Amino acid sequence: MAEIGLAEILAAILGLSLNAYVLFGGADFGGGVWDLLASGPRRQRQRDVIAHALGPIWEANHVWLILAIVLAFTCFPPVYARLGTLLHIPLTLMLVGIVLRGSAFTFRTYDNQHDATQRRWGRIFASASVITPVLLGVSIGAVASGRLGQNPTGTFVQQYVEPWLTAFAFSVGLLTLVLFAFLAAVFLTLETHDRELCDDFRRRALASGVAAFFASALVLVLSRETAPLVMHGLLSSAWAVPLHLATGATAIAVLAALWYRRFRLARVGAGLQVSLIFWGWPLAQYPVLVPPDLTVSRAAAPDITLRLVLIILIGGGIILLPSLWYLFRIFKTVPADQGARNG
Amino acid sequence: MPVLMVIAERRWQTTGDPIHLDLAKRWAKGTAILFAVGAVSGTVLSFELGLLWPTFMERAGPLIGMPFSLEGFAFFTEAIFLGIYLYGWDRISSRAHWWAGIAVAVSGAASGVFVVIANAWMNSPTGFDLVAGQIVNVDPIAAMMNPMAFQQTLHMTLAAYTATGFAVAGIHALLLLRDPSNGFHRRALNIALMVGVPAALLQPISGDISARSVARYQPAKLAAMEAHFETAAAVPLTIGGWPDMETGETRYAIKIPYGLSLLAFHDPNAVVKGLNEFPRSDWPHVPIVHTAFQIMVAIGSYLALLSLWIGWMAFRRRELVANRLLLGAIALSAPMGFIAIEAGWTVTEVGRQPWIIYGVLRTADAVTPMPGLIVPFLLFTLLYCFLGVIVAWLLYRQIIRSPKATEWTRIYSPTGARRG
Repeated sequence: MAEIGLAEILAAILGLSLNAYVLFGGADFGGGVWDLLASGPRRQRQRDVIAHALGPIWEANHVWLILAIVLAFTCFPPVYARLGTLLHIPLTLMLVGIVLRGSAFTFRTYDNQHDATQRRWGRIFASASVITPVLLGVSIGAVASGRLGQNPTGTFVQQYVEPWLTAFAFSVGLLTLVLFAFLAAVFLTLETHDRELCDDFRRRALASGVAAFFASALVLVLSRETAPLVMHGLLSSAWAVPLHLATGATAIAVLAALWYRRFRLARVGAGLQVSLIFWGWPLAQYPVLVPPDLTVSRAAAPDITLRLVLIILIGGGIILLPSLWYLFRIFKTVPADQGARNG
Repeated sequence: MPVLMVIAERRWQTTGDPIHLDLAKRWAKGTAILFAVGAVSGTVLSFELGLLWPTFMERAGPLIGMPFSLEGFAFFTEAIFLGIYLYGWDRISSRAHWWAGIAVAVSGAASGVFVVIANAWMNSPTGFDLVAGQIVNVDPIAAMMNPMAFQQTLHMTLAAYTATGFAVAGIHALLLLRDPSNGFHRRALNIALMVGVPAALLQPISGDISARSVARYQPAKLAAMEAHFETAAAVPLTIGGWPDMETGETRYAIKIPYGLSLLAFHDPNAVVKGLNEFPRSDWPHVPIVHTAFQIMVAIGSYLALLSLWIGWMAFRRRELVANRLLLGAIALSAPMGFIAIEAGWTVTEVGRQPWIIYGVLRTADAVTPMPGLIVPFLLFTLLYCFLGVIVAWLLYRQIIRSPKATEWTRIYSPTGARRG
């Protein structure tokens, strides 16, 4: 294992910002999934709770993804260049999804007439919320499989399509979608004071929690064939058993908390559980960033760049954290469906 | 937009005039719509840099990553305070609320500045050594302090205030032509001009600073802007005309003696390098650059003259709305700032060709090797056209439209806060 230097610290921050995107952005996407799957007698009210809880301002959650991307091209330029080149198709489609989702949601919110146009925006928003996480997962799966750049002289299909068009990559896509839906359902239980609505989301959280277990198992089975590096890491590293135990224990605790209506506990636990599952991936392939050959040290930018970026991150944090604290202090006491949305 | 919004809120606080509160809220909504669309298109931008220009980013990433990181933080700060501003009307003191608006305006301007700094580096790359075609010894701070950074960010920031100020003023002027007594549009017009007029008056000075830097650091671009083919002293200024890249002549143009030498070097006899100094393979497309430059300068001059006129009227304390000719001229200016911005970006981007990093990396060598790029190009073009139309329609419905009678009664309700 390489010693811990600047590059390793920045790789860890890159991982953390992706982790944050998975949690905060993930809950937003999951909200869209439940908007699409809204059903039963309280269908419209479910959608209203989701819309209130999201709010267009939370498109700002993409900042975590942008931060990860900026860190990638500043600190690990070859990684960024290779992903941009070889994952062109799934990443482009994912972007289209992000654009359509964010815009459709904004337009639906500000076009405040309850008419057919608004419902059409709602449908675009919801479908894009389903497709985009799958593509994000597919891209992660393609990286983990180590098939990127295996075939530099191959045909168009061999170079740009086959690496991500695998059952494994799509199983990661499915897992991503299920986890996002799970996060959102757990979050939404706290966004309403209506007992019936809360129950609706509780049922959804329990169902998607169980589904997440099966999706994880599917990913692990398929990784035998397609992603041996990650599978090896997930099964036989020193940290593998503690990680799996921690993940399993958290998952059971979250389901129990949901069952006993300890929603605050469930919210924290669900965030922890998804983070643990996420970290299985980078830990399993460490110190490789993009298998097979781009390691942290080989892909790192010159030290001076890394040092400056770290200084900026710390300095930015000093400005941002108090601002975030101020934001939450203003809003934390009021649940979404009570807090009047002015302006 | 956020500047308009905080001016309106300030006026509401000092005068208690509810129309100003309504304006502040409408402009805040406009800021929110543009911000949300900006957030998604910013995400797209950070990906597209790699999807389209992987080689460029692989070389330049360590150098220009710093302004992008700073931009990320500025953007995040803007998001936080915009959230406070939008949803905090009745939760924090009005003084704190106004300062949140100021934070939105400052961080919004800062994030624009950081992005333009990265672009300025592409025009005047510094902060590294080139050894055998490889970028080594990088110094990101020197890259940020590149010689075009100040000029370009000043020019673009002023352009943004000019364009937005006159776009808003123009639309309200148009509506005032139909309904001159409408107090809502009158106040909106006044505030928008408070932002647009000073920026438009300062812009020619900034343009002069920029042009002299281009003359110094990118002589080929200046030559293309001016369709100036042969190196000479005491060069005239070429206005209009169509440059022919084959014969090296510009037909149908008006020439002002000594003009270019005077503008580029503040010396009527200065020598200005022509395109003949550069190998043909290093020429940008002259007619595009020249025409775009003429459009930008023409619009800039129109807006500056219009601003002088408005300033004179204000100085004499004359009623702007009474002068229909002036209102018409302002209405005409609504799209012009944005056309000028597009033309200006065309000048700086097409004028830098065939280089993506001036003198270091050619655009053709930086593009992704993936074939079939026409497909994503068409896809994103269609997507953005579609979004553009929708945003314009939404802004119209949310902000510009005169308030209906029912809305007025709500504004005059005792709490003063309108819920929407």
